[in-house]
Amino acid sequence: MSLAQPRSTPTWLALLLPLTVAVIFIGIWHVAVSWTQSLIFPRPWEVVEGMLELATKGVLHKYIISSLFRVLWSFAIAALLGVPFGLLLGWWRPANLAFNPILQLLRPISPIAWIPLSILWFGLSEAAPMFLIFLSSFFPITLSSMAAVRNIQPVYLRAASNFGLGRFRLFTAVILPATLPQILTGLRIALGIAWLVVVAAEMVVVNPKAGGLGYLINDSRSAGRYDLVVAGMVLIGVIGLILDLLIRQLEKFDEVRWAYATQ
Amino acid sequence: MKSAGPTPRNDLPLRHTVPNGLAVSLRDLRMTFPGQRGQPPVEVIAGIDLDVHVGEFVVLVGPSGCGKSTVLNILGGFQQASGGQIVVGGQPVHGPDPRRIFVFQENGVFPWLNVVDNIGFGLSKHSRAEREQLIAHYVEMVGLKGFEKAYPRELSGGMRQRVELARALAANPEIIWMDEPFGALDYLTRLKMRSDLVRIWQSERKTIVFVTHDIDEAVQLADRVVVLTPRPAKIAAIVPIDLPRPRDMDAPDYLHARDRIFEAMGNLALARGR
Ligand SMILES: Nc1ncnc2c1ncn2[C@@H]1O[C@H](COP(=O)(O)OP(=O)(O)O)[C@@H](O)[C@H]1O
Ligand SMILES: [Mg+2]
Repeated sequence: MSLAQPRSTPTWLALLLPLTVAVIFIGIWHVAVSWTQSLIFPRPWEVVEGMLELATKGVLHKYIISSLFRVLWSFAIAALLGVPFGLLLGWWRPANLAFNPILQLLRPISPIAWIPLSILWFGLSEAAPMFLIFLSSFFPITLSSMAAVRNIQPVYLRAASNFGLGRFRLFTAVILPATLPQILTGLRIALGIAWLVVVAAEMVVVNPKAGGLGYLINDSRSAGRYDLVVAGMVLIGVIGLILDLLIRQLEKFDEVRWAYATQ
Repeated sequence: MKSAGPTPRNDLPLRHTVPNGLAVSLRDLRMTFPGQRGQPPVEVIAGIDLDVHVGEFVVLVGPSGCGKSTVLNILGGFQQASGGQIVVGGQPVHGPDPRRIFVFQENGVFPWLNVVDNIGFGLSKHSRAEREQLIAHYVEMVGLKGFEKAYPRELSGGMRQRVELARALAANPEIIWMDEPFGALDYLTRLKMRSDLVRIWQSERKTIVFVTHDIDEAVQLADRVVVLTPRPAKIAAIVPIDLPRPRDMDAPDYLHARDRIFEAMGNLALARGR
């Protein structure tokens, strides 16, 4: 129960306020660069020009696709392995006892710390950044799936056992639907982390021929092209936002909405 | 009573085949929980003998925390007693059983299923046509017509309990266990739910063992009221309510029965105070 219902803001205000903030932000940026007469730091419109330059050279979409490809494949593999593994750990106590300690130990190791090993094992192949992204999303996906099973309300399991469900139906009709919302939340968090990590990974371990947005930033820095550095940053922000909006669409399905909707 | 609701279901034989006509038979039921963190063990049930006849509506009343839910959980097969003989449907209890369905206090329905799918949850062994027919029958019986596609979060607390009751009935159990199923509802909804439950019980002829701490609820519903003592629970009195239903809450006989239960509970409270 909420104490007070927030009054709904009119649409024009909801559009005008963030727009105003954006304009002021870009204005300050422009004025600050002009005042300091920086030769390196780009003005806003120079960033836009940089983006257009990359687009006309044809590298922009290539880099975007490279980064997205890495993230989506590694993320998909992490989800395909992590969700079942997490459900098993949540449901079957021996598996939990066996694997939970090592998971808890590996989890706090930043994917960045794995960079040397990934270079050692995979060189500059596609597998190196994908390995790092896989690691970064595998742990949160596994752990949230595990927690999801442990958080199932006991009353649902009681009702299920009362109706005499076999193992298969118990899983498909109760455990899976009961855990789906929390699994989805884990996937969303993991996708966000994966998108953070792809940039870091590409700055260090990537084949220049394949490129990527992280590679673009690092490469432009070496060339002194800070307009392209900032252009890369802006693109990363925009694409990350779009990814999050897309995965949030899944939260609207009836199968999971029961857990998010507040009464 | 005018019967506007659906007709009783006769497609499935009632499985009331217990030789002595007893749905439940308890002898010296005892339950002691092991003490936690160095605490001494907690004795919750101190020897209960009780028979429930097939088709009977028995209500257990007692103060909160006396052990009512524990008795029902043991009957339902969710907890194991520490001692005594527990025979349900002619056989010792070994765990939950689809022939006896439990109705929980609240949130027992599956929030990821809509009304129809919740009610059909125990019907996976039926053909699709049968299932749809049974669901429609019970949707009407519990008064949820028009809400077939609604999800539990879109329903009021009372309607959710109706879904759960329908889910239990649809599975055609011999016995329904109900643990304060209306305890979380407001007063008027509770009254309406009680009279609907009586109507449904009369048409379905199930055995019902119902737990409440509300004396009025017990007198309105029960064939027999079993009054339990404060923890550890023993039977303080068994009060038969031999009144026609629906019951008039102002009738002298009603008030008399109510007083007898009050007395059974109140005297004990006084005795403990001394
Ligand atoms: N698993 C348990 N372990 C220890 N004590 C318990 C457990 N379950 C219930 N109790 C205790 O048993 C008593 C009776 O509980 P319960 O049957 O839920 O009471 P009621 O339903 O009558 O309110 C309470 O005092 C409660 O604290
Ligand atoms: Mg209780």
